[in-house]
Amino acid sequence: MTKAPTLWILLAGIAVFAAAGCGGGSGDGTQYKPVTIKGSDTMVLLTQRWAEIYMSEHPGFTIQVTGGGSGIGIAALINGGTDICSASRPMKDSEKKLVMTRHGKDVQEIPVALDGISIYVHQSSPIQSLTQAQLKGIYTGRLTNWRDVGGKDGRIVPYSRDNSSGTYMFFKEHVLANEDFAREVQTLPGTAAVVNAVSKDPASIGYGGAAYAHGIREVPIRRDDNSEPVAPSLQTVKSGQYPLSRSLFFYTTGAPAGNVKAFIDWALGPEGQKICEEVGYYPIIKK
Amino acid sequence: MLADKVAAIAIKTSAFLAIISLILIFVFIGKEALPLLTSAEVQAEASLSRLFLPQSPRPGTAAEYTWQPISEIPKYSLMPLLAGTLKVTIIAVLIAIPLAVAAALYTSEFAPPWVRETIKPCIEILAGIPSVVIGFFCLMVIAGWLHDAFGWTYRLNALTAGIGLSLAVIPIVYTVSEDAFTSVPQAFREGSIAMGASMWQTASRVVLPAAMPGVLAACILGFGRAIGETMIVLMASGNAAVLSWSPVDSVRTFSATIAAELGEVVQASPHYHVLFFLGAFLFVMTFAINLAGRWFVNRLQKKLQGAA
Repeated sequence: MTKAPTLWILLAGIAVFAAAGCGGGSGDGTQYKPVTIKGSDTMVLLTQRWAEIYMSEHPGFTIQVTGGGSGIGIAALINGGTDICSASRPMKDSEKKLVMTRHGKDVQEIPVALDGISIYVHQSSPIQSLTQAQLKGIYTGRLTNWRDVGGKDGRIVPYSRDNSSGTYMFFKEHVLANEDFAREVQTLPGTAAVVNAVSKDPASIGYGGAAYAHGIREVPIRRDDNSEPVAPSLQTVKSGQYPLSRSLFFYTTGAPAGNVKAFIDWALGPEGQKICEEVGYYPIIKK
Repeated sequence: MLADKVAAIAIKTSAFLAIISLILIFVFIGKEALPLLTSAEVQAEASLSRLFLPQSPRPGTAAEYTWQPISEIPKYSLMPLLAGTLKVTIIAVLIAIPLAVAAALYTSEFAPPWVRETIKPCIEILAGIPSVVIGFFCLMVIAGWLHDAFGWTYRLNALTAGIGLSLAVIPIVYTVSEDAFTSVPQAFREGSIAMGASMWQTASRVVLPAAMPGVLAACILGFGRAIGETMIVLMASGNAAVLSWSPVDSVRTFSATIAAELGEVVQASPHYHVLFFLGAFLFVMTFAINLAGRWFVNRLQKKLQGAA
């Protein structure tokens, strides 16, 4: 008699488990199929805002936003795991070819916003500007003392992003001219972590999207020794004066259609681009 | 009777399911790591000698250990990662084990019931805190305290990560060794006290030795948790692959490397296979430690029972 309850509990457990499994599988087919956006961590803030406001204006419409890094979004697009891939770097030709061979459709590249990569230092840092060559020196390990770039005597502690980040790739290509990062360069998951680390350490330097820049100071950048320092701003990024600017993209497999198209069109429209400015990026369309 | 049989079969199946999934996971990881040993194409970029011996990327430069997989000349030296993993793990275990075992001994032998009933659930709740939260706490708070107090060059370093990691290890070691202490028969304590031993003598010379197999098992579990833990080290260690023995240098561990790089990696590239090799290495390492620990615990148990 004492054994019977155990069995019933076991059976009940199995039943619940099975029910949960079925529920997840079939779903209730009445709702809209959610639109998924996956990719760049830099763009999560922006796509999240777009999604929230768009959903509040279009009840019943669901958009799921996930970060992880541009590379993860691109991989998901290749594997068919997302409707829209957000990426802070252009897709490589090899990646576009993979989408073509897997899905038989061309990748659609849609620039949705502009972003300037900011260089952060601690609020108390005396550094007024850095040249691109100095940045390269710091991140390749040739310049290790703040004295060498016009600061106080002391070791430079550089922070970087993971190598799965689009920002990392952009920095490596545009600032380091594809040279290797120094071994001492510390990598952190996410721009927010970099900003946080820099805000806590007066000897540190970091880089990342402008949208995250709170509690630290952005250093104006000079192209070379003779040019004027330029701080990232709407004008300088749009005009291309700021040396470290880039486009942010949406990618879809084939031309966007239906719900996906409606959402992207809205994001590129006046309302979407206004949000883009509010979040701290720069609108792609000229006014 | 039928009910008994059904239940027995259901339980047996679920037990075997665990073994089968373990084997399948190992086969999967092993399969993805294998091209490192078999494929000439992969070996051209990442052979075992490149993984374990110092390499000079360009002729004329000094040979060194470098982990730099995203590069024109990818470098896959595992030595900085191995050193980093061991460094962080050992620091975490050195902090966690004495604290956790002492706390367990205190709560089971000395603490009045209400203290015990407060401390135990608190430490168990600590085990339920997601490691990403501990990692973030470490990044924001602990790293700041240590940096302000000691002024090390690197704010995020092996010691900071090790301290954070010990927060994840303590509950495991505590819970398992507490169980070991409380399962020591009451007659042992009564006998010892009757012989005129003090409470401390009883705890340290009777209860602790009698519970030793359990305590050792706790330490092994703690070590396994520390070596495989990912989020805390990813956030608090700085992740710079520097080969050094200084505990205040930044370190990059196996698990953090896999977590940070596997998302972006091109499938079937040498980098991909190397990451799986890291996983297999980690798997074999924890497996070996567990196995050795289990063997040691069994031996000790037999010895103790034989002597009793």
